[in-house]
Amino acid sequence: MIRSTHLPLLVTLLTFVLAYALCAAQYPAMLSTRVVANLLTDNAFLGIVAVGMTFVILSGGIDLSVGSVIAFTGVFLAVVLRDTSIHPLTAFVLVLALTTAFGAAMGAVIHYLEMPPFIVTLAGMFFARGAAYVLSTDSVPIEHEFYDFLQSLYYKAPGGGRFRLIGAVMLLAFVAGGLVLHRTRLGQNVYALGGGVATARLMGVPLARTTVSIYAISGGLAGLAGIVFSLYTSAGYSLATVGVELDAIAAVVIGGTLLSGGYGFVAGTFFGILIMGLIQTYIVFDGTLSSWWTKIVIGALLFAFILLQKGLTWATTSRKRVRTGSATPS
Amino acid sequence: MSATTSSVFKRILPQLIILAVVLALNVIVFPGFLNIEVHNGRIFGNLIDVLNRGAPVALLCIGMTLVIATRGIDLSVGAVMAIAGATAASLVSDGHHWTTSLLGALLVGSLCGLWNGFLVAVLRIQPIVATLVLMVAGRGIAQLITEGTILTFIDPGLIRLGAGTIIGIPTPILIWIALGAGAILAVRRTALGMLIEAIGINEASSRLAGINSRVLLICVYAMTGLCAALAGVIVAADIKGADANNAGLWLELDAILAVVIGGNSLLGGRFSILASLLGALIIQSVNSLILLSGMPPEFNLIIKSVLILCILVIQSPKVGHLIYMLRASSLHVPPPETPSRRVLTPKEDAQ
Amino acid sequence: MPDPTRPLLHASGISKFFPGAVALDEVELTLLPGEVHALLGENGAGKSTLIKCLTGAYRRDGGTITLDGAEIDPVSTNESQALGIGTVYQEVNLLPNLTVAENLFLGRQITRGGLLRRRAMIRAAREVLLDYGLDIDPAEPLTSYSVAVQQVVAIARAVEMSGKVLILDEPTASLDREEVQLVFSVIRKLRERGLAVVFITHFLDQVFEISDRATVLRNGRVVGERDLSQVTPNDIVTLMLGRQLEERVHERKGGRAGEVLVEVEALGKRGMIEPFDLTIHQGEVVGLAGLLGSGRTETANLLFGAVQGDQGRLRKRGREIRITRPRDAITQRFALCPEDRKTDGIVGDLSVRDNIILALQARQGWTRPLPRAKVNEIAEHYVRALDIRLASLDMPIRLLSGGNQQKALLARWLATQPELLILDEPTRGIDVGAHAEIIALIERLREEGMALLVASSELEELVAYSTRVVVLRDRRQVGELTGDQITPSNIVAAIAAEEPKEATA
Repeated sequence: MIRSTHLPLLVTLLTFVLAYALCAAQYPAMLSTRVVANLLTDNAFLGIVAVGMTFVILSGGIDLSVGSVIAFTGVFLAVVLRDTSIHPLTAFVLVLALTTAFGAAMGAVIHYLEMPPFIVTLAGMFFARGAAYVLSTDSVPIEHEFYDFLQSLYYKAPGGGRFRLIGAVMLLAFVAGGLVLHRTRLGQNVYALGGGVATARLMGVPLARTTVSIYAISGGLAGLAGIVFSLYTSAGYSLATVGVELDAIAAVVIGGTLLSGGYGFVAGTFFGILIMGLIQTYIVFDGTLSSWWTKIVIGALLFAFILLQKGLTWATTSRKRVRTGSATPS
Repeated sequence: MSATTSSVFKRILPQLIILAVVLALNVIVFPGFLNIEVHNGRIFGNLIDVLNRGAPVALLCIGMTLVIATRGIDLSVGAVMAIAGATAASLVSDGHHWTTSLLGALLVGSLCGLWNGFLVAVLRIQPIVATLVLMVAGRGIAQLITEGTILTFIDPGLIRLGAGTIIGIPTPILIWIALGAGAILAVRRTALGMLIEAIGINEASSRLAGINSRVLLICVYAMTGLCAALAGVIVAADIKGADANNAGLWLELDAILAVVIGGNSLLGGRFSILASLLGALIIQSVNSLILLSGMPPEFNLIIKSVLILCILVIQSPKVGHLIYMLRASSLHVPPPETPSRRVLTPKEDAQ
Repeated sequence: MPDPTRPLLHASGISKFFPGAVALDEVELTLLPGEVHALLGENGAGKSTLIKCLTGAYRRDGGTITLDGAEIDPVSTNESQALGIGTVYQEVNLLPNLTVAENLFLGRQITRGGLLRRRAMIRAAREVLLDYGLDIDPAEPLTSYSVAVQQVVAIARAVEMSGKVLILDEPTASLDREEVQLVFSVIRKLRERGLAVVFITHFLDQVFEISDRATVLRNGRVVGERDLSQVTPNDIVTLMLGRQLEERVHERKGGRAGEVLVEVEALGKRGMIEPFDLTIHQGEVVGLAGLLGSGRTETANLLFGAVQGDQGRLRKRGREIRITRPRDAITQRFALCPEDRKTDGIVGDLSVRDNIILALQARQGWTRPLPRAKVNEIAEHYVRALDIRLASLDMPIRLLSGGNQQKALLARWLATQPELLILDEPTRGIDVGAHAEIIALIERLREEGMALLVASSELEELVAYSTRVVVLRDRRQVGELTGDQITPSNIVAAIAAEEPKEATA
């Protein structure tokens, strides 16, 4: 049977399948591997950051800093590779450590100072963007043979679709994210936090460690998304990826995760990303539709999913199914 | 109601001090900061610039203060600005009189606010979630109105709202001061302010005391939409065009920041519009300081974020309680009661 | 099975002080293995403080706790849990967004190589729950099961993690009769397994049904430890409510009830209170008596529209009226001082002045602010009339003492000149002086011809001011006392009256 917690995920999946079927019916070319490959490549950085956002939102928090962290990562890599002789791999490790520590610091402020995540990560958003500006206000191109090498890695599928490395990184991030979230104690604690902080505390969930870990994961994944984005654009620009946090939040919610925390799946976020990518692809294919319809449709989807969640919450609280099972009083 | 002159002064004193300090720093890095000149019947000067440039955030923070006082938040004001600017520009380029365009924009802004209010007060969706919808979709709607272009216009009446002057003073300054004064009078000369504070502090008690919290909430969000619309029209008038992509971009964050710097708690309750307006001026003065000091503008955001963090840490109930405890223990007063308003963790907030 | 006479847990001399108050005064509690021990007392008697001291949620200020012969000193609930003391609360303290198995194993999951073994946990959970008489699918979300099942899962978790002492803090408060039986069957099994179970409840019949012994607390002190097979419900109620129940007949002062003001016909709400009839005259005080959870507060809330009933009719002075929300009630000149002053009464950060005029102002509408002079006049009038002690009218009301907060709330409603004043526990948690003043005020208001409906757990108090007492039990009206019938012992008898048929033992 379908559990109510799985229903939003199912709706997301159905939405995607239905939307894809409709698109394909109108433009059969959309079934090609090329479109699928591009869907993965173009949304790789967004997907990675959305995995982190899923953690944060499931725990009942929010992270507005991720867009700025991506931009910072890109600029940092570009500047480091331009001005020093550090190997890109070392730079990757460095920047991942930086962004993870940044996320952990925000988590610590949120937990220990009991400040709302919204405001703390808002400050973090300004800070990371500011740090990117300080490094460089211009778009800095990245020219490094290792970058060329990484960009040259792809699998050419029949039909002409090129599945690039960054798409694979995104898939990996989803798999790893899902594994941590659903198959480890940390993941259970994330859900526990989202289910209710007071209860989680009573049940012995380590709140400080979990909160810090969640924001560290989100920061680290934003860093990884930044690396992917720099591979995607071969440049670092401090004005890039403005508003990506909104797209990520939208993808998570459209993916069926409850924005107030506790309910949702990483897999849902994946389909949320694909739905958003599909809308863009459709608009490109159509050619006559204007790009702003993306935002309007995503907004409408967001609203629909918020309503769906609200309805489900109402339904479960107003009539609780009484299924006592076969209780055997002795 | 209970606001006497001295208590108002006491309330805004921290903001006045911060503003004075920032302005003094401005004078230090740029001695001519306070000079005001009159050219061709228009006054000029850095101070006037601060007042003029601060207009959009000042307008936004009037509504935002009220929303935050009810324990809510409105993320959509930046997008509503874009929608309103686009509406005004599109109406005026269709040949309507500028007053019609202005009214049209204000109407659209209020409708956006009503929508938010409906989601929050009737459907009982968390404010942050409810207003996110319009924040995401709003710019798309604005682009729909401008059809993706930057819709320029040349109507002098409309342009005067953003770039003109009245008796030598730039119109935006007059507008925000007028609206701010009007709003302060409206909430303090009537019972509105007290009722808004009551639902922000304790909605259950307020409802039991007979306050119609639902209607009040909707009105507050509508008012915020109206303020955003006015800000949007001014920004559009200033550049003589509606830019759906960039008008009011991230200004919702500046507005929230202004409210917070104004000493208003994000947990709702007692509020001061005047202090929020001072907060808006503080933000603008900091921007001006960074510009005048010759520091690269790229430091702007870092300084701003550090500033926010400092102010927030001081405001954090946990730190506040700590300071209180320290003071109490040194003065040997009886131990303080546990703070009656604790910071809600997100989940508890949601319920 | 361990020696049934040697205490499993022994707490002696437990004291706890709060600023300006003694919450627990040298309390002693002895739990034997294999017994269900009821902990009884009205609200504020110190039951939850005692529990919190035992579980380490509070630091006690004095006394010793021995568990299994060894002295323990837990500093957190987690530590006491590890030592063997598990607790289950009234609101199910499990996570609604997780499955039954996940809840059961949170924090002590079965893992292999760092990864959870979900299947193994589901299997283990099913086996554990079978022991507790539940044959359910542990892979289902917790919320797909009834509160009773959730409560049993909570008990299972507590016992599996602790296993010596189980504290049940009103576990049956939100369960219906059959669900209670499910929980009881589990408790009986645990008793057989040699656990010591502490059972806290306000339902006396449940105490007698399941418990072996009882410790009764009042005002932070133990007033008695009884073997329940030796005593009657009447004895226990007398102990709980305290004071020798004097058969002193209160002389009823003049001012017989006036004309009928409000008539309630079959007003009720499913799962909350059975439909009831009630007539209230002008110039009378109708008291609502009953133990906690008997429906006192629910009656008050329903009448005021704070909770919307699902059936029934209301008439005021013979005219049909509809009350679906507090605003309607206020328009009809009803007023309610709620039971929970902090969450439903005061608006903490607003000034005392604003709190006093809040209801009046809300009724006037925001466009017609009361002139400042008038506001001050009203506020000052009531501060004088009710003797509210404060430094200034501008101070936030949350800084006032409980008694003064209560008086300020009374002032809020008196300022609206109500015709029917509903008071829910008007004297709870306030000092003796204010207590007497509020009782005197109720008398005065009645003499002035106001109609009052007062719900209270203080019998002496009800006897003192009521002209009529309605007795509630198990969410329905079970009796009415008038005139000279109103004595504490009669009320106790009505509350404790054994129900002839349904009693299950």
